[in-house]
Amino acid sequence: MLRIEGLTAEVEGKQILKGVDLELPMGEVHAIMGPNGSGKSTLSYVLSGREGYEITGGSVTFNGVDLLAMEPEERAATGVFLAFQYPVELPGVGNANFLRTALNAQRRARGEKEVDAMAFLKLAREKLKALQMSDEMLKRNVNVGFSGGEKKRNEVLQMALLTPSLAILDETDSGLDIDALRIVSEGVNALRGPGFSALVITHYQRLLTYIVPDRVHVLMGGRIVRSGGKELALELEAQGYGASAA
Amino acid sequence: MPAVAETIETIEAAQEGGYKWGFETEIEMEFAPKGLNEEIVRFISAKKKEPAWLLEWRLKAFAMWQKMEEPDWAAVNYPRIDYQDAYYYAAPVKKAGPKSLDEVDPELLKTYAKLGIPLKEQAILAGVEGAGESPADSGRMPVAVDAVFDSVSVATTFRGELAKHGIIFCSISEAVQEHPELVRQYLGSVVPQGDNFFACLNSAVFTDGSFVYIPKGVRCPMELSTYFRINAKSTGQFERTLIIADAGSHVSYLEGCTAPQRDENQLHAAVVELVAMDDATIKYSTVQNWYPGDAEGKGGIYNFVTKRGACRGARSKISWTQVETGSAVTWKYPSCILQGDDSVGEFYSVAVTNNFQQADTGTKMFHIGRNTKSTIVSKGISAGRSQNTYRGLVKIGAKAKGARNFTQCDSLLIGDQCGAHTVPYIENRCPSAKIEHEATTSRIAEDQLFYCRARGLNEEEAVGLIVNGFCREVLKELPMEFAVEAQKLLAISLEGSVG
Repeated sequence: MLRIEGLTAEVEGKQILKGVDLELPMGEVHAIMGPNGSGKSTLSYVLSGREGYEITGGSVTFNGVDLLAMEPEERAATGVFLAFQYPVELPGVGNANFLRTALNAQRRARGEKEVDAMAFLKLAREKLKALQMSDEMLKRNVNVGFSGGEKKRNEVLQMALLTPSLAILDETDSGLDIDALRIVSEGVNALRGPGFSALVITHYQRLLTYIVPDRVHVLMGGRIVRSGGKELALELEAQGYGASAA
Repeated sequence: MPAVAETIETIEAAQEGGYKWGFETEIEMEFAPKGLNEEIVRFISAKKKEPAWLLEWRLKAFAMWQKMEEPDWAAVNYPRIDYQDAYYYAAPVKKAGPKSLDEVDPELLKTYAKLGIPLKEQAILAGVEGAGESPADSGRMPVAVDAVFDSVSVATTFRGELAKHGIIFCSISEAVQEHPELVRQYLGSVVPQGDNFFACLNSAVFTDGSFVYIPKGVRCPMELSTYFRINAKSTGQFERTLIIADAGSHVSYLEGCTAPQRDENQLHAAVVELVAMDDATIKYSTVQNWYPGDAEGKGGIYNFVTKRGACRGARSKISWTQVETGSAVTWKYPSCILQGDDSVGEFYSVAVTNNFQQADTGTKMFHIGRNTKSTIVSKGISAGRSQNTYRGLVKIGAKAKGARNFTQCDSLLIGDQCGAHTVPYIENRCPSAKIEHEATTSRIAEDQLFYCRARGLNEEEAVGLIVNGFCREVLKELPMEFAVEAQKLLAISLEGSVG
């Protein structure tokens, strides 16, 4: 269970989050929708621990543990995964090496046995196959020369390998064509189950026809202004965010 | 450096941060009197029972050196060196031919064990006859080792195996005794005595180093390596290495170096000469890990080295690969003289500086023959308050028709108190030559670090990964086991450079 209470945060002295309250029970997928500048990306960075975001009030716990007190890598090891809106390029770093280093860093932090190169390759190939991706993906440098769609697919591949219990998908649908959208959505849906929860941050309703959320929240002006079932997304699509502000 | 896997374990096993090779071996040593004069030159020559021609060669160098000025054009600063305040010869007192491990000085054994050289090779290194002469049973590519401890080579391994192929691999002192004709023909033929201040000093007082001769058409069946260890206090190490690859031969040579952790600065002034005849290839790899000084900039080795290779024959090739992580001050420009038509020179370098380290390093490529090609790839990484300079010269002569050079210099900055500098010189007298130069400077971006951390890597693991990615083009040129070690070393050298 992810529990956010009265969360306020600033970036460069400017208050962006103005008291966010949200509960995401384990096993559920919630969507966060909202217009540009409403604080969606800030929320995802605050949850994953990026520097430069000052928490000025409130609390965030994940399965009862204070998330805000942890380093980003500690959050990752407890199961928090951020799928980046703009995945970062790492020149010269092979994707397979990166993924195995990440997986083993997390396993080490949890006191689990590390995965050797052969076992990792086998695991990675299974995931690639399930996601209908080519083995080439592993040989390339992390996100270097990837198209927008390939970068997002690489995020989903990482998620599939790291098997998080809380995935935060920050506008994962932006820049995706319909085929890529379907593959990415299937990747997320494949993880759904009692031990998985997700916050799907998006601008548009489109993604939510593929990843059907249990709840939809509207983030505006740094607060959750409305919550509802999956039908809320359709309503927003038809009427815009204007009605929510009222 | 041999025994890579073991070395890594040694590194990982060590609990304390920082430099892990900084221990000192207590062993009975023999020194020359402190200071530098003609008598010391004679003393060294006599110690090594050298022929008269070599003593004269040394004395001529010494006379030249006394008239020379220490160079000051490099972008490095260090207090004036008092050349009279050092020992120029220091050697462990040798016990005559130990037959088993039990008879070898236990302190020497311990030193090798600590440096991560495995038991079997350890046996050979300490001069035990018969051990480890069967490369097949070790289960991996064997590496023949020459171990130089302060001023002398203490042992060379796999000599019997190599001799079957006609390959000579021994210390240069032995080569002077046993192959004087080869030494006399090639010594100083690439780096003449008066070449520069430090090479000239080396020519006068060089003590030991490795000698390699690969006969015509022979492909050396194993990696050759020399492990340089400075141990004694207040002692300079002046090694001299000479590698000759005769027509159509091929050799890959590795060099590793470490020194104890001390508050004083110690001088290491080496000369390395390579000669490649027609169709011969020499691949020379270095992992330089001399003590870099502490976090406040106290102590560390002054590494003033002249390395040069001559591609004398047509289609010959000399390739330098260096990973420079150590030393307080590095002044080093491994170079190629591309004399033979269609000869090839390569320089792949990673230079890491942290804390108060200073490195001024690069290469010189002299294109003399037709269709000569050179490639320069330099990766400089600066952290802490260090300064890192790439200085390179590409010189193309009037007759070097069709010559080509490609140079790429990339600098990576970690933190905001370090410096990276690129100083490329190009002199071209041949209109048909093609010269390309690319240079970049970048920082490890905050978003790269966060991306890695969001995946579970801690900050140092993230820096290590990004830095290794940055150096990949160079690291892939190293022999595989060496590359693994170099990667670990890069991460260790940058410990504490972030956060």
